[in-house]
Amino acid sequence: MAKAEGGRTKASARSEPEFVQLLTPDGERVDHPEYTVDFTDEEYRGLYRDLVIVRKLDAEATALQRQGELGIWASLLGQEAAQVGSGRALRPQDMAFPTYREHGVLFCRGIDPIMPLGLFRGVDQGGWDPNEFKFGMYTIVIGAQTLHATGYAMGVAMDGAMGTDDGEAVIAYFGDGATSQGDVNEAYIWASVFNAPLVFFCQNNQYAISEPIEKQTRVPLYRRAAGFGFPGIRVDGNDVLASYAVTRAALDHARHGQGPTLIEAYTYRMGAHTTSDDPTRYRIASEVDAWLAKDPIKRVRAFLEKQQLADDAYFTEIDEEAQREAVHLRERVLSMPDPDPLTLFDHVYAHGSPLLDDEKAQFARYLESFERSVH
Amino acid sequence: MSETLTLGKAINTGLRRAMENDPKVVIMGEDVGRLGGVFRITDGLQKDFGEERVIDTPLAESGIVGTAVGLAIRGYRPVCEIQFDGFVYPAFDQIVSQVAKMHYRSQGNVRLPIVIRIPFGGGIGAVEHHSESPEAYFAHTGGLKVVSCATPLDAYWMIQQAIVSDDPIIFMEPKRRYWEKGEVDVDVALSEAYPLHSARVARPGTDVTVLAYGPMMRTVLDAASAAAEEGRELEVIDLRSLSPLDMAPVYESIRKTGRCVVVHEAPGNVGLGAELAARITEQCFYSLEAPVLRVAGFNTPYPAARVEEEYLPDLDRVLDAVDRTFGW
Repeated sequence: MAKAEGGRTKASARSEPEFVQLLTPDGERVDHPEYTVDFTDEEYRGLYRDLVIVRKLDAEATALQRQGELGIWASLLGQEAAQVGSGRALRPQDMAFPTYREHGVLFCRGIDPIMPLGLFRGVDQGGWDPNEFKFGMYTIVIGAQTLHATGYAMGVAMDGAMGTDDGEAVIAYFGDGATSQGDVNEAYIWASVFNAPLVFFCQNNQYAISEPIEKQTRVPLYRRAAGFGFPGIRVDGNDVLASYAVTRAALDHARHGQGPTLIEAYTYRMGAHTTSDDPTRYRIASEVDAWLAKDPIKRVRAFLEKQQLADDAYFTEIDEEAQREAVHLRERVLSMPDPDPLTLFDHVYAHGSPLLDDEKAQFARYLESFERSVH
Repeated sequence: MSETLTLGKAINTGLRRAMENDPKVVIMGEDVGRLGGVFRITDGLQKDFGEERVIDTPLAESGIVGTAVGLAIRGYRPVCEIQFDGFVYPAFDQIVSQVAKMHYRSQGNVRLPIVIRIPFGGGIGAVEHHSESPEAYFAHTGGLKVVSCATPLDAYWMIQQAIVSDDPIIFMEPKRRYWEKGEVDVDVALSEAYPLHSARVARPGTDVTVLAYGPMMRTVLDAASAAAEEGRELEVIDLRSLSPLDMAPVYESIRKTGRCVVVHEAPGNVGLGAELAARITEQCFYSLEAPVLRVAGFNTPYPAARVEEEYLPDLDRVLDAVDRTFGW
């Protein structure tokens, strides 16, 4: 037994990554032979603003959960650059299929951040129209949405809506844990054989709740794509510029009919899996500290300062704007009404069901019996 | 124009008509293209509608249903073929957690007009996993509708009605009846066909109500003929829609007969028969002369082919149950 194991190489999924990076943790702009960005000063500042507001809203949601106003919250802390970079890389016609943690992508789609909070407060189940916002419903079953994204992308191809500069592309978000799911692997196969205009965007935040990446894979996740017949690439997921550049290129590749790409955004979940989790049980503080030094926002701020693209007054102004957004969000969460009990029967079917109508009527009479007994 | 069609050909013809009527209808599944499916239900469709509308998929059922969800969000009306009943389970999560719930979760914003066709039931001498009756799993799940056809006429219309429905529908096909023939008037307008979610009295009678669907309809009709020779008139109702159940004609019949036998191939334990018995007891308690009896598959895994005739409800077991309703 020992002999057999001695011949194996150690799992390399966490070895020092070869990734695309355009902005170092110190805020140095570095070149990459294939990828670059060409932002105006205003656009650089815009990315900083996105990152700060997204983080602030996330912190506010965590606070709301701690105060009992949300049932649970899945924080994106640490993953802002991967989400804002990829989210801003989407063109208006592109479609995104999220997990339940893509609050930053949702923000970049121009969607009101109050929208997903009904789900976490427990007053609804995230009932938006994916086609209106070009952003699918939050999906809690791990990896299920990658197949939905693939089918949607097949539809794009069948509609003849790809192959040109204004073609459509689709992006599927998922995490490192999801890569072990059958659905994700089936999605890889489908997307490959149907040449679907799809980008698989895997945020490898190193943990699936408590399980480290070594429990999911012995190879870097981006290399999986080769076996399915399409390109895979690893990007510094804490670098908003690189995340943008790599995603934009992959989306454009897809929209021109050149098939899917797997992007592994190498990042770190700074907080808990959700507010129900206690990460101190499975990871050590020094690991978290090491990633804190690679913070996605600090490096953009350092870059803006070095390039003299923004001054303290600007940073203060953004912080104040983020604070106002957070207060506004809080106010609206607190005023979300609980749904009427009878609405739980709504929308089970598009065309209704007589049996369900009977059940609803019986329950309504039951509820009324209490009202009658009060008077 | 009336044509004589097998039940399998009737579904094929119904699929063809649905594809002609709506360019958004696509068929997807394993071997549905050049082969025409292992039962030839999609025979000739890829030749006439092309590879983009009759899609030979990779061999993975969750992928078939999961990509159908995405296609439906995109505006398509996918008709998925699951090759055999026992192969639907890899797709169970997509069906139960995604297909069934998305309209509800989205507060009506997302409609998933997906049909999942499942050839089901035994009696064909197959190896394991090819003869199961999984309908109760799906009937148990809010957000899904489940139907089963028993005749070529119903097969032809019900598949088309299922496809135009905006609700996801599990379409259970009685595979051992694929080769049975019947008359189908193919020219009637779809809107004039018998409603999809309605039960139908298949044989009027006065003494005992017998409820069945799908492959058991032939069995119970044969049993009714045999019973008639002995002077006992069974009223046979084809449930057709397993979710939602159409209970009004059932109650009406039992208030007349006072006796009821439910017949299905699926195991009896926590099956549709149990649900029917409970509802009938609640609504027809004072009309019942005897408890509602079930004739069902045994609560075992589906057995080896050489003993399946013992497992499956047959004419004699139906008549035995009918006799027992007179023992109270």
